[in-house]
Amino acid sequence: MAPNRRGTAGAPGGAPAPPPLPGGSLVRNGSPAGQLVKIAVLGLAAALALWAAFPLYAAGNWIGISVVAGVTALIFYVYLSPRRVPVKYLLPGTLLLIAFQILPVLFTVSTSVTNFGDGHRGSKEEAIASIEAASVERSADSVDYALSVAAVGDPAGGELVFLLTAPDGTSYAGDAEGLTELAPGDATVSTAGRITEAEGYVVLTAAEVSARGEEIAAFAVPTGGGSGIRSSGLSAAYEGSATRAYDEECDCITDSASGAVFTADDERGVFVDEAGQRLPQGWQVDVGWSNFTKVLTDPSVNASFFGILAWNIAFAAGTVLLVFVVGLALALVMHVQGLRGRTAYRILLVLPYAMPSFAMFLLWRDMFNADFGLVNRMFGLDVDWLGDPWTARAALLLVNMWLGYPYLFLVATGALQSIPRELVQAARIDGAGAWQAFRHVTLPLLMVAMTPILVSTFAFNFNNFNAVYLMTEGGPFPPGNPMAGATDLLITYTYRLAFGGQGAQYGYAAAVSVFIFLIVALISLVSLRQSRSLEEVH
Amino acid sequence: MATTTGNRTLRWARRSGWRHLVIWVALAFALFPILFVVSAALNPLGTLSTSQLVPSGFGLDNAVRLFRNTPFGDWYLNSILIALANAAATVFLSALAAYAFSRFRFTGRRVGLFGLLLIQMFPQFLAIVAIYLMFTTVTEYWPSIGFDTPWGLLLVYLGGALGVNTWLMKGFFDTVPRELDESARVDGASHAQTFFRIMLPLVTPVLAIVGLLVFIATINEFLIASVFLRDPEAKTVALGLYGMISGERDANFGMFAVGTLLIALPTMAVFWFLQRFIAEGLTSGAVKG
Repeated sequence: MAPNRRGTAGAPGGAPAPPPLPGGSLVRNGSPAGQLVKIAVLGLAAALALWAAFPLYAAGNWIGISVVAGVTALIFYVYLSPRRVPVKYLLPGTLLLIAFQILPVLFTVSTSVTNFGDGHRGSKEEAIASIEAASVERSADSVDYALSVAAVGDPAGGELVFLLTAPDGTSYAGDAEGLTELAPGDATVSTAGRITEAEGYVVLTAAEVSARGEEIAAFAVPTGGGSGIRSSGLSAAYEGSATRAYDEECDCITDSASGAVFTADDERGVFVDEAGQRLPQGWQVDVGWSNFTKVLTDPSVNASFFGILAWNIAFAAGTVLLVFVVGLALALVMHVQGLRGRTAYRILLVLPYAMPSFAMFLLWRDMFNADFGLVNRMFGLDVDWLGDPWTARAALLLVNMWLGYPYLFLVATGALQSIPRELVQAARIDGAGAWQAFRHVTLPLLMVAMTPILVSTFAFNFNNFNAVYLMTEGGPFPPGNPMAGATDLLITYTYRLAFGGQGAQYGYAAAVSVFIFLIVALISLVSLRQSRSLEEVH
Repeated sequence: MATTTGNRTLRWARRSGWRHLVIWVALAFALFPILFVVSAALNPLGTLSTSQLVPSGFGLDNAVRLFRNTPFGDWYLNSILIALANAAATVFLSALAAYAFSRFRFTGRRVGLFGLLLIQMFPQFLAIVAIYLMFTTVTEYWPSIGFDTPWGLLLVYLGGALGVNTWLMKGFFDTVPRELDESARVDGASHAQTFFRIMLPLVTPVLAIVGLLVFIATINEFLIASVFLRDPEAKTVALGLYGMISGERDANFGMFAVGTLLIALPTMAVFWFLQRFIAEGLTSGAVKG
């Protein structure tokens, strides 16, 4: 092996720059074509920065502008400097990694110490505005509006918007934050005075409106000063004044109709009255470690936690072992010169991987169906595959192997091709048997490339949501416990706890995903450490 | 005469006959579910309960219904364009990074490599809320890379370009003899020339494999795409097909099978196209030189 520090001249931490090589000065800055490419790319970066800065400037977002300027300056600095060669290669991928992977992860970690979720989405001010607007009641001088219910994006799940026409004919769009006037060109108003189309919004059909009826009835557009707009029926809305009003002095909300007083609880992010009743609209607050302690101490969570963890580890490790053995075995079987039909074999063997996996999980589920499933029909069996814990687990592992082995087969094939045949031949000439040559020459070299792949295959399968969710949905469930199924992974279990039934609890879900991350990271680090001698990380 | 043939057969069986046998067993396991999809796609009745392993009839009704009743053509084009763009960009970005990690020694190299592995282990699935909120802002400022555009989706995918792919490539780069690129440097090539002219051609097999893996992963990606693409025409095949059978599974099964096969076709085409690069084994040739 060549000494490690060559080729790093001038790099930080590397050897000092060597004396100029003969003729080196001619090409020090690369070829003219290379220079042109560099200029073009930097020009593109500058143009992109300008394009990105304009809307930020228009909105007066100075933090955004300075981030854009900083990143652009960094790009110019790195690529115009003759030094920092490794950074030139790492920068593009790293910038994307930071923006779209690391930042979301950090954001998730910061969410994990809050109560963010349904009923705790915005700030305290937004919660107050929404409480006041929701308590609006019609009074003698109420203004009436013609109403069309619309949504942003998806009609079934998108954020609700009230498209309103005032008595004077002005059109408005009202969402949870307030009213915005619509430009006359942006909205089409019918003869009856209702808005039938508006730029950027999807007007709901009658069926879609009735599907979201409850949500619409509870929806209110705050209009400031303690008043708001609510719907009365499905085609009209009125603006009235609130019966619930916030009083800054006592930091409480008073209901003028019933006389009840709801005091702000800044630790939980809710308004509660003396009887402990809380208002549905709360706000987002830090709750410290309570989401994490809930995972460990809440009896409804930790009762099944360790059983699921054990199956989760077995599932991930079992999958890795199966796909590794099958994939490598097939790669080795085909790694011989002059095997007839090798190309056709290879393409056919990789076919499962070419099939869309989400569709194949659903298909396998149907094949394992007890009554008319293909597996039972083909082998003349009568097994309730997905109804028994152990056959369901076996089926899941089998399907996961079916989908996963081609990947390891491809990786192993690639890695085998990179091992010079001379090495194995030399070992064979020295008297090693086929197995010995494989065990002591091929396998260690293979593992250099394969270990990280195996570790990340493990990590991937540890959180293989699709496999379990699409095949078994976590089931079969033991009688009396609909929360923890026999094939549940931590991630599907978390999904059910966090998003199933009781509404979104993003803060709690984030805490559990941080927890899962720690477990996977720990297992992976230990296994990488174990195999460190195989790697060339140093 | 007969003994010679017998001997030859025996020798063939010992040399490569058993290999064929093993492969045939593996093929049977690999292909029977696919045969079932083909059969279901051709089944004129187009329902799940009437589908069998061996086609019981032949008809293109399912395909006709798929194209007539759903915007499948749009989904298809979206999927392929996004997957190709993501594969090409990911291969390029991770090859750059892998070259740096393989050939240079710098501060933070070890930390960087382990960091890449670790960050990949965070369940992306639950970071989706953060990504969603982030892109709500992005859509506000730059609608052309926001929701319902392939560009925003591509950016999120590229956030994961460095990661396991970089490791895979680095492992391969490490097995390419340093003497090759060092002699190029001695001959006066700049590091960029070494990378593009010497290194990349030598590592074509691993570039092909990574490109294929990313292409397939993108075609199958479901969760992030479902957050990003909400317009019916902007959807990918994965989203479209899932929506189709989440409602009427039994009745739409034939259409679902046709869609499954159609989206498998480009993947097979890409594999077929990359096959010769994988097979060429350029590295072993270069060592002899």
